[in-house]
Amino acid sequence: MIGVIAFYLFSFLLLVSAFFVISARNPVYSVLFLILAFFNAAGLFVLLGAEFVAMILVIVYVGAVAVLFLFVVMMLDINFSDLRKGAMQFVPFGLALGGLLLAELVVLYSAWPEIPAQTAIDPAVAVDNTRALGAVLYTDYVFPFQVSGLILLVAMIGAIVLTHRTRSGVLRQKVAEQVSRQQSEAMTIQKVSSGAGVDHV
Amino acid sequence: MLELLIGLSENFWLQALAVVATIVVFAVIIMVFVAFVTYAERKVLGAMQRRQGPMTVGPFGLLQPFADAFKLLSKETIIPTQANRPVFFLAPILILSLALVSWSVIPVGAQLVLSNINVGVLFLFAVSSLGVYGVIMAGWASNSKYAFLGGLRSASQMVSYEVSMGLVIVTVILCTGSMNLSEIVLAERTWWMQLLLLPMLVIFLVSILAETNRAPFDLPEGESELSGGFMVEYSAGTFVLFFLGEYMNMVLMGAITTVLFLGGWLPPFGIDTLAFVPGPVWFVLKVCAVLFFFFWTRATFPRYRYDQLMRLGWKVFLPFSMAWVVVVAGALIYMNAVPAQG
Repeated sequence: MIGVIAFYLFSFLLLVSAFFVISARNPVYSVLFLILAFFNAAGLFVLLGAEFVAMILVIVYVGAVAVLFLFVVMMLDINFSDLRKGAMQFVPFGLALGGLLLAELVVLYSAWPEIPAQTAIDPAVAVDNTRALGAVLYTDYVFPFQVSGLILLVAMIGAIVLTHRTRSGVLRQKVAEQVSRQQSEAMTIQKVSSGAGVDHV
Repeated sequence: MLELLIGLSENFWLQALAVVATIVVFAVIIMVFVAFVTYAERKVLGAMQRRQGPMTVGPFGLLQPFADAFKLLSKETIIPTQANRPVFFLAPILILSLALVSWSVIPVGAQLVLSNINVGVLFLFAVSSLGVYGVIMAGWASNSKYAFLGGLRSASQMVSYEVSMGLVIVTVILCTGSMNLSEIVLAERTWWMQLLLLPMLVIFLVSILAETNRAPFDLPEGESELSGGFMVEYSAGTFVLFFLGEYMNMVLMGAITTVLFLGGWLPPFGIDTLAFVPGPVWFVLKVCAVLFFFFWTRATFPRYRYDQLMRLGWKVFLPFSMAWVVVVAGALIYMNAVPAQG
């Protein structure tokens, strides 16, 4: 019973927050509702028994990606009401695109092959899904897995290369130089004769 | 622990009552503990600076935290006119509730854990990565430049140090072969494993200082440049929530360190003759040791500069912990000690 209540709660909140993501006037609210939507999706994953995927969803999307969204939305000085002014002229285009996707979904659903009856998994051999995912990812799919990792790395380095500028006149702290400085280079002891001042030193 | 409670009765409402009552008791115990942590910090700092600390309210000043809370709650809550009200109130509630939620998976004793889930470590990591939202939302909703800058600083700081914290957790998982917190505590660790994990403990301790915005990494609230940081506009009751949340996060980070590195509820250094002392006592003592480390660093080190903080996180901790993951994995394979498949 709890499971059913939880399912309807999570899916209801997911749909409501997804609706507010696109309808909220304030872009910061949109991002906050997006976070709520991610969170409820993670709850649905937990109900499906995929706790590893749920936690990774929260860590990656909520903990990192959405933070960047929030940063961008808060920092960029964009007047969103100006952007929204001409939005109505794109409605036919949007409707056409949405209709196309819906039609594709319907075709896909009707062409879905019949699933053979599932045999119950023996709990004695059942492994927790972290192990199961790891066993598949690092054996059968190790090449696609590593390649996708490499693509992400390339994207990251590319972003840095594209945005990095070397500016002249910037003072930088060079920690290695500071640490390797010797007492002999940093100071000298001078004997000052009394009454002569320090001018002659 | 909750499974045990549910087993006591067939009646759904009785089960629900038992579960809710346990959670409330757990939360109240943690709240009271946190209140005394604030007292302990002032006493420890006082002792390190050769003064008395709080000593007038109650015996040895023991009731001081309650007096402070009462004072703050009886004050007027001021809301800036330009503030975004819903988000302004949501932020402190979020911080406090996230700090409380994490306690549901912390094993305080052998069977004393509210919910013994298989991905406990990931759950803790996920919830602690949400803490950054409370800070950003507070900074943004206050509609003040000091609060906003403080929020941004804190957000980038927390995101940066989470990366190396994640890698540290990976090495612990490699050595113990489980993401279940109780199993991590019970997993056998040979002497060379503990030696390999020692530098990770150091990195983890420094990272949790940065993660909880504590001295010497308390830049988000550096009072000399940002007055009060992201919580500068908060007063009275909302400030109490932030304050409690910060200290609860400290206690939580202490508990995570205890579970991952210090052996949880087991007696220290594997001395079996000390096993007659109940597990939760050892757990609390170990958490207190980590908390003392928090206070000690606060009394000892000056505040870091912001670029130094970022350099430490990205250029020192991240490469080192990445390399150390490889070293630990290699050592486990070389010593033929990879944890058995569950």
